[in-house]
Amino acid sequence: MDNDDSRGDGRRQFLKCMAWAGAGTLWLMKGGVLHAQALDEAATATDASFSFVQISDSHIGFHKAPNPDVAGTLRRSLAMIGAQKTRPAFLLHTGDLTHLSKPEEFDTLAGLMQEARVGRSFYVPGEHDVIGDNGAEFFRRFGEKQHDGGWYSFDHNGAHFVGLVNVLNLKAGGLGSLGADQLAWLKKDLAARSAETPVVVFAHMPLWPLYPPWGWGTDDSGEALSYLRRFGSVTVLNGHIHQIQQKVEGNITFYTARSTAYPQPAPGEGPGPGPLQSVKPEALHRYLGIRDVRHVRTGGPLAVTDEVLT
Amino acid sequence: MKRTIRAACVIALGGMAMACAAANGPRPYQVAIQNFAFAPKTLSVPAGTRVVWTNRDDEPHVITSAGAMFASSKALDGGDTYAVTFSKPGTYTYYCSIHPMMVGTIIVQ
Repeated sequence: MDNDDSRGDGRRQFLKCMAWAGAGTLWLMKGGVLHAQALDEAATATDASFSFVQISDSHIGFHKAPNPDVAGTLRRSLAMIGAQKTRPAFLLHTGDLTHLSKPEEFDTLAGLMQEARVGRSFYVPGEHDVIGDNGAEFFRRFGEKQHDGGWYSFDHNGAHFVGLVNVLNLKAGGLGSLGADQLAWLKKDLAARSAETPVVVFAHMPLWPLYPPWGWGTDDSGEALSYLRRFGSVTVLNGHIHQIQQKVEGNITFYTARSTAYPQPAPGEGPGPGPLQSVKPEALHRYLGIRDVRHVRTGGPLAVTDEVLT
Repeated sequence: MKRTIRAACVIALGGMAMACAAANGPRPYQVAIQNFAFAPKTLSVPAGTRVVWTNRDDEPHVITSAGAMFASSKALDGGDTYAVTFSKPGTYTYYCSIHPMMVGTIIVQ
């Protein structure tokens, strides 16, 4: 970020250090298929019908190793979005805006988003956003208010987007949960769409059993996926695990995003899914990312690429 | 007598003897929250015991009773503690509401 060079060496050093934390993904919709690209890449979206950005896991309020300034890394991520040659149509935040669901943490997040002028933004809650009040504060500030449960859908340039909530009413020993009410709504919502409609589903916790011993999955995701299998192009975007994991299952492609705050270990590496504290500041940028998606109206498949901060 | 109590306490806590320093009355039992797990995972205590959870992770955790048998904690940040006194015998299953794969049991006798 050139405009930070005018500040002191300490600030510059810090920005170098936080590089692992603060990026997102630019998603390009091409021919009904999403392609991912790091936000720091020169925009190559000319053949895309539209693009949007995914960021995730800002964890505002976290203040320990390896990232004592999660607001700074989020600010940097948002600046990268603003620097895109082609303005993304909107931004998706796939949850864990805050670390502890505190009002002041939501304030900070809202202020940073406003300051960055990223435009239309859509949010789904992470489990860190619903502590103590079942998400009341989150939904009041960031919800779409289409349904009491907080889930929603919208259409953009022929693609259908579905925001799901899988971090409430969790059961002892269980994973993420969608619940019967949300599944019934989803079934009905999708039934009205033709199979040619590109569908993008986003939720915080992975919608496939990525690593259940660490809670990385959703108990009833199989039911949701059964409604999606008839579509020709389905992309499922999640956060939660602070790293990129991808999987293809028929016409359904799954992606998890990096965090704008701090990385977590690869599945099963180490005792638990806490912050990767061993990451040195100078290496942090290799772990953080922004996802950028562009939609191109062709017959080809969606492609997704992720880039790290440099 | 004090020595006997202390020895029993050490066994019950799996070596965490710090909670068993000399004090009058029933001593609190300790459960550590560490590496996304409760230690000990199952704890047997006499009725009337105070159980104290201490979060030793940098991640926040929330103590939540399965079936709402006792009050849930607020978000426990690293270093925070939460205490519940169990007066009635029974088996109390609890979990972390934000990491529900973390499950523990308090058996009150």
